[in-house]
Amino acid sequence: MKTTPAKVNHVDTITQKLGPFLGLIILVVIVSVLNPSFLEPLNLLNLLRQVAINALIAFGMTFVILTGGIDLSVGAILALSSALMAGMIVSGMDPMLAILIGCLLGAVMGAINGLLITKGKMAPFIATLATMTIFRGLTLVYTDGNPITGLGENYLFQLFGRGYFLGIPVPAITMMVSFALFWVILHKTPFGRKTYAIGGNEKAAIISGIKVTKVKVMIYSLAGLLAALAGAILTSRLNSAQPTAGTSYELDAIAPSY
Amino acid sequence: MHIQMNDIYKAFGANQVLTGVHFDLKEGEVHALMGENGAGKSTMMNILTGLHKRDSGKIVIDGEERYFDNPKEAEKHGIAFIHQELNVWPDMTVLDNLFIGKELRSPFGLLKTKEMKALAKKQFDKLAVTIPLEKEAGLCSVGEQQMIEIAKALMTNAKVIIMDEPTAALTEREIEKLFNVINALRKEGVSIVYISHRMEEIFAICDRITVMRDGKTVDTQMVSETSFDEVVRKMVGRELTDRYPERNPNIGDTILEVKNATRQGVFEDVNFSVKSGEIVGVAGLMGAGRTEIMRALFGLDQLDSGEILINGQKASIKNPFEAVKRGIGFITEDRKNEGLVLDFSIRENMALPNLTSFSKNGFIAYKTETDFVDMLIKRLRIKTESGETSAKNLSGGNQQKVVIAKWVGIGPRVLILDEPTRGVDVGAKREIYQLMNELTDRGVAIIMVSSELPEVLGMSDRILVVHEGKISGELLKNEATQEKIMTYATGGQ
Repeated sequence: MKTTPAKVNHVDTITQKLGPFLGLIILVVIVSVLNPSFLEPLNLLNLLRQVAINALIAFGMTFVILTGGIDLSVGAILALSSALMAGMIVSGMDPMLAILIGCLLGAVMGAINGLLITKGKMAPFIATLATMTIFRGLTLVYTDGNPITGLGENYLFQLFGRGYFLGIPVPAITMMVSFALFWVILHKTPFGRKTYAIGGNEKAAIISGIKVTKVKVMIYSLAGLLAALAGAILTSRLNSAQPTAGTSYELDAIAPSY
Repeated sequence: MHIQMNDIYKAFGANQVLTGVHFDLKEGEVHALMGENGAGKSTMMNILTGLHKRDSGKIVIDGEERYFDNPKEAEKHGIAFIHQELNVWPDMTVLDNLFIGKELRSPFGLLKTKEMKALAKKQFDKLAVTIPLEKEAGLCSVGEQQMIEIAKALMTNAKVIIMDEPTAALTEREIEKLFNVINALRKEGVSIVYISHRMEEIFAICDRITVMRDGKTVDTQMVSETSFDEVVRKMVGRELTDRYPERNPNIGDTILEVKNATRQGVFEDVNFSVKSGEIVGVAGLMGAGRTEIMRALFGLDQLDSGEILINGQKASIKNPFEAVKRGIGFITEDRKNEGLVLDFSIRENMALPNLTSFSKNGFIAYKTETDFVDMLIKRLRIKTESGETSAKNLSGGNQQKVVIAKWVGIGPRVLILDEPTRGVDVGAKREIYQLMNELTDRGVAIIMVSSELPEVLGMSDRILVVHEGKISGELLKNEATQEKIMTYATGGQ
């Protein structure tokens, strides 16, 4: 009575986990046949660099979705923090400092989401849909609808989005380091356990003495921070901030997180 | 309809669940099916209704061998199953719920709402149910939802109705209504299989009783020819000398004191205290405000006025985190929705309030965690292969032990237990009582809210009775009787 359902679930989880991976393999095979240059190292490295931006946002989104929430504002946070970073750089601030402040501002934007959802008791979908529009609007106001260019020739800043380290694109390294970091946080720390607990049964989590409000605000801040970090990479790659950057990135992040 | 199940065997993988069970259901009888959790009652009924396939054995219905492929087919042939887990769609109306999957449709495929309403109304009148049909099912109380399920089954014009713990969430009055309905159905020739842990009910309503143990039927008897004790003996397969273990309380100083606690419209001017090593039973009718007082004590709801003292110090408990920090644990009445993360393993559930003490340098110390969990599994005699078993795969009694174990880890000073043995079988019940004794021996103060008077009388050192949000009486163990408690609980003096 108790063993069978467990076994069935096991098989389910295996197919669930391997399904997308199989899909990816099939896709790679098809594309490589259609276009043999797909598998060239240069192309693969380029792909890694491109995917880093989406992956970073997806890491944050994973935490959000695990708690049963959603964050539609990550694309807009990326754009706004990117514009703010570029603005600071243009006004003469050290680019690396600008990135740091930009990421913190991204975390603040995420915290606003978290507070609206917990203290404001808004549904995550509605709250982040609203902030998405607000952040996007602020970006357009701040940039006047034009790209911000003239970010200078700072070597470290260029390295951040365009450079290589040991032949691997720096954004790909950022992505892999972040992945390792967040995997450990999710599986080995109380914070990760609490994240799962809130998603599994929020009431039970509250009654177990977990500060659910605090954990959720931290999670949305993390999502904001990672979106801003992705924004920094994009800014460096394009050597400019685009007012419409990150449009629909939330969807690219939601899909892999599930 | 006359159903005979003969020599049914069933295994799930390596787990042999039924080993040659027999069951005989006559037309127009109420047949009790009893046994500890995991004895195979539900499996046997699920084989009858076609949810599971039997490995071997014979099912004869009205003289003919008959097997159903699925519960829907069984329902079509007049066998309805009211499950213990309620299957309501919370966002749909009561009416929608009653007709889900069986909607009446016009030739154009539109819903015939008027006809459905009339039918539903007729059924509700029969049951003396007054729930508005337009109400969202999720807003109904658990008891009301149970009545909806019962009405739904009756509307299929079933000849056999299987009820799995139908009264678990019902109030006294609702139970009375249900019993009237059962009596009426019996007269119409409908057979009822009544699965329950509540001995009193079985002796009140059932004609015959079949007891199951470890996948076998022990025997079938007329209810009038057996006794409470005999049934319990057959269920557990050993002599239960006492339902309640002996208690030798060693009562110390006052740990927790509640003074003039008021929450507007819920409870008023509540005063009581608990001492270390003491079990205080809280009795009262459903809806009297017992659970609400406990929720406020634990910081889940806020007090409008009054104060809580811990060890003589004023304590402001604004949220559960602060309650846990002060050593208060809360085992709620709803273990599935509030006590457990069902998808978590036993280990993860037990660790939940203890994450800080299991952590080292910001990481969860896996070894500390598993050692602790293994120790508790052994100490609480939780039946499981390992701590990695998912909580949802445990029986009710074992789930309840996991919830209690969660709080043992924080080294509690005060434990609040709300209906600690609801839906728990006789054997596990006694183990939970023993556990309560062990905890009080270590100086833990226990507040036990319970609707089962024998339990309140059997376990408490002192009894508080709540009536309409006020404490209407306080009784010492040696002066308490069921009658006195009920007098206070109903507002008498």
